[in-house]
Amino acid sequence: MRRVVVTGLGLVTPLASGVEETWERLLAGQSGAGKITQFDTSRVVTDYACEVKHGDGSDGTFNDDAYCDAKERRKIDDFILYGIAAADQAVKDANWTPEDEESLLRTGVMIGSGIGGLKSIEQTTLMMAEKGPRRVSPFFIPGALINLISGQVSIRYGFKGPNHAVVTACSTGAHAIGDAARLIKYGDADVMVAGGAEAAICEIGIAGFNACKALSTKRSDDPKAASRPYDADRDGFVMGEGAGVVVLEEYEHAKARGAKIYAEVAGYGLSGDAYHITAPSEDGDGGFRSMSAALKDAGLEPGAIDYINAHGTSTMADVIELAAVERLLGNAAATATMSSTKSMTGHLLGAAGAIEAIFSILAIRDQVVPPTINLDNPAVETPLDLAPNVKREREVNVALSNSFGFGGTNASVIFRKV
Amino acid sequence: MSDVADRVKKIVVEHLGVEEDKVVENASFIDDLGADSLDTVELVMAFEEEFGIEIPDDAAETIQTFGDAVKFINDAA
Repeated sequence: MRRVVVTGLGLVTPLASGVEETWERLLAGQSGAGKITQFDTSRVVTDYACEVKHGDGSDGTFNDDAYCDAKERRKIDDFILYGIAAADQAVKDANWTPEDEESLLRTGVMIGSGIGGLKSIEQTTLMMAEKGPRRVSPFFIPGALINLISGQVSIRYGFKGPNHAVVTACSTGAHAIGDAARLIKYGDADVMVAGGAEAAICEIGIAGFNACKALSTKRSDDPKAASRPYDADRDGFVMGEGAGVVVLEEYEHAKARGAKIYAEVAGYGLSGDAYHITAPSEDGDGGFRSMSAALKDAGLEPGAIDYINAHGTSTMADVIELAAVERLLGNAAATATMSSTKSMTGHLLGAAGAIEAIFSILAIRDQVVPPTINLDNPAVETPLDLAPNVKREREVNVALSNSFGFGGTNASVIFRKV
Repeated sequence: MSDVADRVKKIVVEHLGVEEDKVVENASFIDDLGADSLDTVELVMAFEEEFGIEIPDDAAETIQTFGDAVKFINDAA
């Protein structure tokens, strides 16, 4: 069986643009939350989110011009811009910008999004209501379609292998990495650029999630304290935006070119809840089955898991996942650490699984686990170490990242030290 | 240069991201200024917006160069 390893990473998050910049702030327990700046929030209930900070590139800011000139930016939604940026970081980190035809034919792209160009759809619809359909830009559709990150990235680097895009709500990023790894294992490609991107912080996005009663609403006076997974005072998730992209590579291919190897994609599991459109099944069976499937795929026992990057969105569902993990690990729960980095990044929806996969990979690289911040008063007792408020220096050989999405779609990805 | 030509040039420079001195009478949007078929659709829409005119699709197809655009708009106004 072909093995798949991770050889490149790219991140655009509310904490920072860049992998090391984001990781440093994550380990320090910083929050990316603040008042929403992108639109007038006077009509919506929630006026805070975890936004990407734009600037000249210094101090971890996201420099739009570094990835796409102004002329091209007008033609794409922000989720595509973030996806392009994270992919650019990842392929450069992997030192994988080949020019020979065989390499280009054997490199594919699978970067998805949960919602896609929601901001563009909102703005274009408002403009059309005012000025009529003749004013709709020819770039509206190709600038809003979810698979256009994969399309844009393939055009930029000439990657002619499988070109695909996952759309599974908040499981998108994890499914993309898992599915892309399978394409390499099956022989469809030797290298895949995979991940997820999201940029849905707009009036219709906030209003829509508010209507689902999914967002935190009570912490307008202190947004940085709003995302508090497992805490008794949590009241919903805080929306984030950005992108995470990894370069996945067949192990022998990576070794042969002397690539830096971060970790192996050891296992991947998927499941469906078949229960409710927005709520997880109350017994957590869907998550339990996706984790179990990933363990089986990896050929590992539950006790092998050192770190779990939880889905943990800061909603009522946190404790359902927690119970599923306890059930999976049994007595081994006492020796594992589980944290929710959404306490710091917010919930990046379709990008969440991708950025959290990267955090799991970095936990293996640096033998340290990022904290769950704002966990002051745990909602339930658990034998699991939730790394409240402070990072954990500990052995991490195997890390599992969970992502669960609306529609009852679950994905678990296991990374292992090589 | 006429006011119309100045305004058309400004739109072309903005939308296609080209240097102003490249936008000459016979400059073809596609062959000389790097536009693709979608860019030309958007350019025509921008002309409509700027000058408050309607350019039918069959007429839009005849607007290939900067000079064509200025002439069409001058005739339409």
